[in-house]
Amino acid sequence: MRELSAQREYRDMGRSTPPMPGLYIHIPFCRTKCSYCDFFSITDTGPMDDFIRALCREAETRRGEFPAFDTIYVGGGTPSVLPVKFIETILTTVRRTFTILPDAEITIEVNPADWGLPELKSLRGMGVNRLSIGVQSLNDKELRLLGRRHTAEQAMRTLENVSSAGFENVCIDLIYGLPGQSIPMWQETLSKALSHAPAHLSCYELEIKKNTPLGRRFMHGEYVQGPEEQQRGFFMQTSVFLSGRGYLHYEISNFARGMDRASRHNLKYWDHTPYLGLGPSAHSFHHNRRWWNHGSVQNYVRDLDAGKQPVGGAEELTREQLALEALFLGLRTSRGIDTETYTRRYGIDLMAEHGPALEEWQRAGLVEITHGSIRPTLGGMAVSDRLALL
Amino acid sequence: MDNIRNFSIIAHIDHGKSTLADRLIQRTGVCDARTFKDQILDTMDIERERGITIKSQAISLPYRAQDGKDYILNLIDTPGHVDFSYEVSRSLASCEGVLLLIDAAQGVQAQTLANLYLALEHNLEIIPVINKIDLPSADVERVLEEIDAELGLDPDTHLKCSAKEGTGIDDILEAIVRRIPAPKGDLTAPLAALIFDAQYDSFRGTVIHCRVFDGTVKAGDAIRFMFNDSVYRVEEVGHFGLSRIRHDSLGAGEVGYIIAGVKTVSSVSIGDTITLDDRPCASPLPGFKEVKPVVFASIYPIASDDYEDLAEAVEKYKLNDAAFVYEKDSSAALGQGFRCGFLGLLHLDIVQERLEREYDLNIILSVPSVRYRFTLKDGTVVYVDNPAHYPNPLNIALGEEPYIRASMMMPDRYLGPVMSLCIEKRGVNSNMHYTSPGRVELSYEMPLSEVIFDFYDRFKSMTQGYGSFDYDLIDYRESNLVLLDILVNGEKVDALSQIVHRDRARARGVQACDRLKDEIPRQMYKIAIQGAIGGEIISRSTISPFRKDVTAKCYGGDITRKRKLLEKQKKGKKRMKMVGSVSIPQSAFLAVLKSDTDS
Ligand SMILES: Nc1nc2c(ncn2[C@@H]2O[C@H](COP(=O)(O)OP(=O)(O)OP(=O)(O)O)[C@@H](O)[C@H]2O)c(=O)[nH]1
Ligand code: SF4
Ligand SMILES: [Mg+2]
Repeated sequence: MRELSAQREYRDMGRSTPPMPGLYIHIPFCRTKCSYCDFFSITDTGPMDDFIRALCREAETRRGEFPAFDTIYVGGGTPSVLPVKFIETILTTVRRTFTILPDAEITIEVNPADWGLPELKSLRGMGVNRLSIGVQSLNDKELRLLGRRHTAEQAMRTLENVSSAGFENVCIDLIYGLPGQSIPMWQETLSKALSHAPAHLSCYELEIKKNTPLGRRFMHGEYVQGPEEQQRGFFMQTSVFLSGRGYLHYEISNFARGMDRASRHNLKYWDHTPYLGLGPSAHSFHHNRRWWNHGSVQNYVRDLDAGKQPVGGAEELTREQLALEALFLGLRTSRGIDTETYTRRYGIDLMAEHGPALEEWQRAGLVEITHGSIRPTLGGMAVSDRLALL
Repeated sequence: MDNIRNFSIIAHIDHGKSTLADRLIQRTGVCDARTFKDQILDTMDIERERGITIKSQAISLPYRAQDGKDYILNLIDTPGHVDFSYEVSRSLASCEGVLLLIDAAQGVQAQTLANLYLALEHNLEIIPVINKIDLPSADVERVLEEIDAELGLDPDTHLKCSAKEGTGIDDILEAIVRRIPAPKGDLTAPLAALIFDAQYDSFRGTVIHCRVFDGTVKAGDAIRFMFNDSVYRVEEVGHFGLSRIRHDSLGAGEVGYIIAGVKTVSSVSIGDTITLDDRPCASPLPGFKEVKPVVFASIYPIASDDYEDLAEAVEKYKLNDAAFVYEKDSSAALGQGFRCGFLGLLHLDIVQERLEREYDLNIILSVPSVRYRFTLKDGTVVYVDNPAHYPNPLNIALGEEPYIRASMMMPDRYLGPVMSLCIEKRGVNSNMHYTSPGRVELSYEMPLSEVIFDFYDRFKSMTQGYGSFDYDLIDYRESNLVLLDILVNGEKVDALSQIVHRDRARARGVQACDRLKDEIPRQMYKIAIQGAIGGEIISRSTISPFRKDVTAKCYGGDITRKRKLLEKQKKGKKRMKMVGSVSIPQSAFLAVLKSDTDS
């Protein structure tokens, strides 16, 4: 009964199949800081108990705001620095506080250096059905460069354990375009990863962030960014390599063995499906409003201890802003943009307003325009940040 | 009338006119410490940002002199840059005297001379004032020699001050009262007031700035604009303080404003005479010398639907910038717009920026040009300032371009490079003399087109700011001219065409293609740029498309960040003109004229 009313609530957004909201839980701890990461996370795990208590409180403050969730995603930071008993606390709490659909996708990000077979087995027992393993590379030199605290061998072992523990829906996270890396080197990592036949791969190009140890080495000229043509080469080759091995390139950095293996949770970010984010710096989106929590664990805990929601900021999105987001997010996915739905939801007829430019792009091989949809080609995906500047 | 003094402060650029005005304003107590800011008369944002005066600005200062009497000093602060000399000459028509400021470190410069000549033309009392005597590099002795030798003024009449430190200000105030004659005029005669400036106010209509020569005017009077006989009822008159100060009347000898509910912008013409409808004066005042624009370019709205707004804006804008002239124009590539005349490239730049800011428009300017003269085979003579109107080459018997005499003043150590620059710019008939030991005045005859574009910047950097430059148009001279077209993706963009000397054509074509390559942002596909003369391609460049531009991660918080970036980029794109499928930024049209050396 509850499900049905929830479905009705989202029908007015002009969707054909009403999507369920997703629940994101952010774990702000990392054992050590990776050399390329400018993400907010802390290496002091001291406030872990405070954090877990605050998180459970935060869930309570959101009770009843969302009808139900059909995905849970525990990310970070590094969730696997937590003892599994805390994961259990978290999952029990959210199940008690919210309606979680029985077939929900429940994902946890795992660092290969952390949990062994027993822990993984107990996660399985808690109903976790999808793991995202932060492998990043299967080359030790590269792993050291990235400042990761695991080795290639550890990663391979974790991947074995994961399947022994009974996980079928596994995502391997990888990074390419490292200083000194060649395409064959990258393909070697890819091949090794594929030997585990993962359901899903996320392959991110390394982005050099200024305020990171790696960024500073770039600034000092120790490394230089590869030319654009080379970056494009990596992007294209990755897609060709994985497509040839049965993976669907369904988003810029995401590949799945069939659309049913796509990350159900992440898809929500790209089509304005509501989501609730719990934990420091987590973002939420609901009723055209986006808000985000304090980044600092201290402020997060402080606010919740004081009985307040730990919201750091919010924005009310205008129709125009929603339209722009839908455009650039849509053009990141192979599904592209359904023009009729787009017009219904955002009041903009893309073909009528930008027909000549879109046709020019089609001629340039950047998009494919078929009845009712605009989809980026692989070449279009490579420049997808530009496409939204219609 | 005996207690009124009307004077302007004139000088070379940056010699301290506005700063001296600040001191006079403060010394006469017009401004309290709380509202004061440096260069307070530079009221426009664009003046403050660039640190230069663009508009003349009048202000009345009450002053009790040492003779115990109270005076009204009507001060007009003027711009120093050549491109705004029309502002200076109009201000001078309202004055009986000037303070001619000379920077104690820089000495007499090109516009010191040019502005002095303007003041002499108006028969004004000239008080030379040496400013910036506080500077360690001040050389008063040398400046005195220059006042004598260069300006031909009696050095004994000079005053010294530091506008910055406020020294010497009292002597200046006294000299204004004692040496500048009181205005003459007949309070009982029919009204004759000269309009020297105006400004459109959306609530009150046109605010007219004028100098009354005879008679008086007050609220309730019916006034007549003599050039078109339109009649309006005066609502308000007053003086200029830091804002408008309402008065009962304005009488002969006074400088002030009139508001008469004039909403029809075309009723007011700068230089026109205002008189009373029921008791008109016999003939209008002489008005101003006609302004002679030297650079021409077309203005187009970036969004074609903004044409009507642009039309309204240029009309209103012109009220406040008498040196700006315009007429309707249209371009095959850019649509409907206006062909405009400017006094120089800085003037052009200011007009563009003021139109955008004050009227909230996005506009684009075509490549600027000078005015060429062609004699056709059938004997007719045509002037062409728009490359789009270049005559059919088969019909041209003679092409001519305007020449100027450029005079440059600088320390002699810069002579060598400056002379090479002048020769590169097709300069002939050079002349040189020492104005004081170590300082020379150099003159050359050069084509105006060579000087206007990228000469001044190079000259300034070559002389490290110690050189100054002025020019006078002399005549038209025969020149072997051709039309250089620019094609973007095979399509001719008429707004990028230039008329050039044949010997220069190839180099200019290469330069234009290179510049455009830098200016036009990369787009989604390859852009080919070509320079062509009469259908023959003489230069080319290519802008490579984006090959890789995508953010790897786009989840929760990344989305807001990404959207904000896109919003910013979209704004930037709105400021570009779509020509075919290529977005061309504003800056590209000016950049084609710039050579590598100054970029
Ligand atoms: N040291 C020193 N600097 C001065 C003096 N008077 C003006 N300046 C400086 O000279 C610069 C130019 O002053 P302005 O008053 O803007 O010059 P201006 O003549 O009005 O310039 P334009 O209106 O652009 O022609 C500013 O940086 C002033 O601070 C002075 O007596 N001594
Ligand atoms: S584990 Fe992830 S969040 Fe933590 S430092 Fe490394 S990259 Fe950053
Ligand atoms: Mg000034």
